Amino acid sequence: MRDAFIETLTEIAADDPRVMLITGDLGFGVIDRFAARFPSQFLNAGVAEQNMTSIACGMALSGWRVYTYSIANFPTLRCLEQVRNDVCYHNCDVTIVAVGGGFSYGPLGMSHFATEDLAIMRALPNMRVVAPTETWEAQDLVRDIARTKGPAYLRIDKDAGGVARRDGERAHLGKARRVRDGADVTLIATGAILREALVAAERLAAQGVDCRIEAMHTVKPLDEAAILAAARETGGIVTIEEHSRIGGLKGAVAETLITAGVRASFFRSIALCDAFPTIVGDQAYLRGRYGMDAKAVEAAIVAALAEGAPLARLAAQAKWETAGEGA
Amino acid sequence: MPLPRNFDTVALAKRIRLDVVRMTSRGRSSHVGSALSIADIVATLYGAALDVDPAHPKKPDRDRFVLSKGHAGAAVYAALAETGFFDPSLLDQHYQNGSIFSGHVSHKGVPGVELSTGALGHGLNVATGMALAAKRAGERWRAVALLSDGECDEGSTWEAAMFAAHHKLDNLVAVIDYNKLQSLASVAETLALEPFADKWRAFGWSIAEVDGHDHPQLLAAFDRLPFAQGRPSLVIAHTTKGKGVSFMENEVAWHYRAPLGAQFEAAIAELESPDA
Repeated sequence: MRDAFIETLTEIAADDPRVMLITGDLGFGVIDRFAARFPSQFLNAGVAEQNMTSIACGMALSGWRVYTYSIANFPTLRCLEQVRNDVCYHNCDVTIVAVGGGFSYGPLGMSHFATEDLAIMRALPNMRVVAPTETWEAQDLVRDIARTKGPAYLRIDKDAGGVARRDGERAHLGKARRVRDGADVTLIATGAILREALVAAERLAAQGVDCRIEAMHTVKPLDEAAILAAARETGGIVTIEEHSRIGGLKGAVAETLITAGVRASFFRSIALCDAFPTIVGDQAYLRGRYGMDAKAVEAAIVAALAEGAPLARLAAQAKWETAGEGA
Repeated sequence: MPLPRNFDTVALAKRIRLDVVRMTSRGRSSHVGSALSIADIVATLYGAALDVDPAHPKKPDRDRFVLSKGHAGAAVYAALAETGFFDPSLLDQHYQNGSIFSGHVSHKGVPGVELSTGALGHGLNVATGMALAAKRAGERWRAVALLSDGECDEGSTWEAAMFAAHHKLDNLVAVIDYNKLQSLASVAETLALEPFADKWRAFGWSIAEVDGHDHPQLLAAFDRLPFAQGRPSLVIAHTTKGKGVSFMENEVAWHYRAPLGAQFEAAIAELESPDA
């Protein structure tokens, strides 16, 4: 996903001499081609994320479109006040690119887990929050960001996703992408952890549970219509994110439902418990270890149904039969 | 080459000080001492040194001025109003309910303010980004940031100091309001900066030290920018916190206290006297 981002940005920079890529001294072997091709549109700010972010603001206020680039929490939490006061308050054309969403750098340990970023970035006014679920989707969304004004946060996974683009398919910033049609429950996923939802949906299909899947690559602005439709049309909702259970996709979806007064027949969240993981391992291992893999998604839905949560399809059928009896 | 604007900077500084005392009194607001400290610096910048145009506050080749010590915003609002960016009567709204004239300087809806600040250790960095943008685009305007001495405690300030010298940004100017008082005590007691000029010199800046209340010295420094080709310029302006109102000068309490009642009258009388 990282290479795809740089490739797309390279194409964008070729068309616009006021596009600037600033790295916080990271991206070895990835961004050197960009740097070689566009030396006047590239900058290594050194290991100084506060300055990098304010520099980006200063350049954006002077007519440039700036991308800051670093790993995990460095371009966001390390310099959060610069992101808030300089970039967001001034509504700058600055895109903050964090490579390594969630457990992407799983063996490196807690410092490199980006597991609160969606919640924190989402809370900032003017900020758009984007976590692509597939590599090709990331390319579409980078182009959408480049075409529009204002700050954005782009969370790039190490996991590349892996589902090929269907004929004519395109991802649109701010619009959920229907990955699978289904009538019983909707799985809403952000980031490349979407792949766990796809696997779970296949297993559940074998058990007669028909899952809809929405790729919610844009966490802000959120596609509220897709969420309300999920609750109305399929009943159950499960959110899936490689992120803390607090304030990320789960929170955004729940806020949408409660505010609209639309009740899902059941609501479950696959997310990280409110604790710092001490165990390390690769991304797939940690998803399993912390109950965020396909098996966990499947188990959550099976448990919800066992607890008596109705499937919309069956509930509708029951209602029709009851109405028939009354007539 | 003459400086781009030709106000009577001494008269301008006097009006700025009167505005600042009235604004902080009416708003019962803090930081009157910090604003009086920079009155002569902003008067010489807006009255003479900055290439800006109140009729075209966004003209692309203007000099950019950033008040990094945002808590002294009253002085910049006053300087902008007194040099034609907006009607000085709007200064009455400073610190009032429903107003956009916040205590810490804000750009939204205020012509001439380039950057909103208030958290320390941001302004020099953003100005550095502006200077880099001009260099990379081949444009000739300058970015000027006015810092407090206290915000040199912030690590981010030194990140910018290192970056600007590395990138040879001789279109970047920092002015430090070196009044040697922080929020609770003196700089020397809080976190000593000396040898201050040597620190900046070691970071690769070219430096002028001036009396920050002496207009000929300030104007002479601004007239010979950049001090060295290929280096960012720093004006260390030795100042007196609360300058112009004798009982406020060098008193930490006037970082917070608002001039009210008899003290307000005394401050105005002193600033209005022909000797001021």
